[in-house]
Amino acid sequence: MNEMNEVRKPPVATTGIIGWLRINLFFNWTNSLITLFVIYCLYHFIPWILDWTIFSADFKYNFLGEQITNQEMCSRNLDPENGGACWAVIYVRFYQFIYGFYPKVEVWRVNVAYVMLALALLPLLYANLPYRKYFLYFTYIFPVIAYFLLNGGFGFAEVSTNKWGGLLVTLVLGCTGIALAFPIGIMLALGRRSKLPVISMMCTLFIEFIRGVPLITLLFFGMVMLPLFLPEGIDMDGLVRVLVAVTLFQSAYMAEVIRGGLQAIPPGQYEAAKSLGMSYWRMNLLIILPQAIRISIPPIVNTSIGLFKDTTLVIIVGILDLLGIGRGTLADTNWLGLSYEIYFFVSLVFFIFTFGMSRYSLYLEKKLKTGINMGAD
Amino acid sequence: MRSNLGFFSDEKFRSIFFQTLVVGLFALGLLFVISTTSYNLEKRNIATGWSFLQNPAGFDISFSPFLEFKSTDTHLKVYFVGVLNTLLVSVTGCIAATILGFILGIIRLSSNWLLSRLVYVYVEFSRNVPLLLQIILWYSILIQLPRVKQSLQVLDVFYISNRGLYSPRPIFESGFSYVSIAIVLALISSFLINRWAKKRQDKTGQQFPVFSSTIGLIFIVPLILFFILGSPLSFEHPELKGFNFKGGLVIRPEFIAMFLALSIYTAAFISEIVRAGIMSVSKGQREASAAIGLKQTWIMRLIIIPQALRVIVPPLTSQYLNLTKNSSLGIAVGYADLVHGFGGISLNQTGQAIECMAIVMATYLSISLTISFFMNIYNRSIQFKEK
Repeated sequence: MNEMNEVRKPPVATTGIIGWLRINLFFNWTNSLITLFVIYCLYHFIPWILDWTIFSADFKYNFLGEQITNQEMCSRNLDPENGGACWAVIYVRFYQFIYGFYPKVEVWRVNVAYVMLALALLPLLYANLPYRKYFLYFTYIFPVIAYFLLNGGFGFAEVSTNKWGGLLVTLVLGCTGIALAFPIGIMLALGRRSKLPVISMMCTLFIEFIRGVPLITLLFFGMVMLPLFLPEGIDMDGLVRVLVAVTLFQSAYMAEVIRGGLQAIPPGQYEAAKSLGMSYWRMNLLIILPQAIRISIPPIVNTSIGLFKDTTLVIIVGILDLLGIGRGTLADTNWLGLSYEIYFFVSLVFFIFTFGMSRYSLYLEKKLKTGINMGAD
Repeated sequence: MRSNLGFFSDEKFRSIFFQTLVVGLFALGLLFVISTTSYNLEKRNIATGWSFLQNPAGFDISFSPFLEFKSTDTHLKVYFVGVLNTLLVSVTGCIAATILGFILGIIRLSSNWLLSRLVYVYVEFSRNVPLLLQIILWYSILIQLPRVKQSLQVLDVFYISNRGLYSPRPIFESGFSYVSIAIVLALISSFLINRWAKKRQDKTGQQFPVFSSTIGLIFIVPLILFFILGSPLSFEHPELKGFNFKGGLVIRPEFIAMFLALSIYTAAFISEIVRAGIMSVSKGQREASAAIGLKQTWIMRLIIIPQALRVIVPPLTSQYLNLTKNSSLGIAVGYADLVHGFGGISLNQTGQAIECMAIVMATYLSISLTISFFMNIYNRSIQFKEK
């Protein structure tokens, strides 16, 4: 009987903090070594990066308490031993980063447009928004309002597009490109799947051609060749030419994504719609496309993220988007040598937008998986 | 109403009608564009035709590792230099991105929480920041390296400065061709041995030491031959003369920036593809192979990876295509690729935008089609074979 009372060790904890650490960080000795090594690296890296970006950084004033107006006044240029990032460049040039060279008196128009953009996006992002229908009406007319608001007309003074820049251009290119490419992409996808051989062939050729060449060649095409194709007297704005190229590019990718969605629709849906006597367009608009678009929303968001990042390419043809303003600032002798600060800031702005979009796409994916069953059988 | 349109509801008629309409409109549009273009070209005194390809370029190209280029060479040669530079950065970038992507994808699935989180942070950062920005950032880091006079020395033979990486240039002497022939023969024979060994194992179950025999054939045999022939290989070391290095092999910072940015950016995407591929292999496969006593490394190599590849290869192909197309961003840092050299400088000098852009686009299209073609063949070879 005595042996039965022998004390046995309790089993190794698998729950709680200790258990979690044991399973995830110190499972065996190699794992523990890796963990310790990573912690060692982070121990050196994190304080250094925090120090550079925040604790020893200048935001508006240098360590002498002067307001910074050029790079020579940055703490790290006055005293290389201490002093981190010099964020004053962002502070001083913030207006240009956000609005470009938009006249200061008219800048409220851009601000209104930014707010309206957020309002217009709301019903697209939240399906359960109260009064979504009325918000959607606003979304449809928003591009027209934004055009007159930003460009001028209807009593607003005209602001030519070569004064636009920074985040404004990035958002205009991104949003317009995505919004215009969506309907064109749907038409191309339907065209590619069409039973009419000529139409299907033309759409396929267009899509494959655009997808086979880099965006930069299309931008050159818009900048250099488009003016040659148009009759005299029609002088296209530089931003519009770039927009044409970006839209063509995006619509080919959008078409492929939507085609993927169309292919996932079971043939029964087509047959049922036809047996109800629906015409080709009614069938597609009412039955097929709503389902196809719903399942292709996550990849649509993904290609949109791609386009949003690709809008930076316009700096190569001389349009000043966020990155372009950053490079312009670097070329200014007042701010020479602050490349890390500027590129860090531009990256951060892009990261916030694209990471937000990718999180949204993940959320949608989850919602679609648990939500409506597509009835694939 | 309906009866008047009777022939219109005939599907055959309608199909022909619409297609003729589309073709007609397209032809009209094309005619319009051609006529306005030829008018515009004439008015602006822009020459047409392909004769400009034979004209001397009149500018220098700083980075041309395969072809000697002088400013008196033709625009046609600019094109070839550009194509070679585009291919160079694409191929090296694809290889590096694949290796890095596979390693990171596997680490991302590691049971070590900290390590996999670290890779996750890397993936999110490099995926969500525009590639062009990354290229420019790398370039700005590289040109802030010390000047030539203070260049960093690695292993006494490599010099790193803001002008690039200088390394010894191998000089192949007459006997070296035998060694290269031996290497090629070794590659072919090890490929054949591999196939034969696999067939024999399928038939009889007997294994053949494929790995060691391949290593022996590819490395040891040429190495022995190399020493028998009296080491027909020497190195030309870079030497500091005046303000720059003379001799040696130089890798320009433009290329390094492109290579680093392209491979690091694409590796982030590839690692996610690899992760999804490995996760798509059902858990039972791993458990079953562990149950029959396979080693952990064998489970990965023989069971998991071959099945994951079926899921990995199609999206991997499109990453290769993206990388190749993204290599056109070299223009932002002055890397003399197809778009920068031929589509940029040549175009500006000759003014023949239509010809130059047509050539550039056609070249990218053919590169893309070639990659898809070979990747499709590879994809077919790894898919399930129904017996």
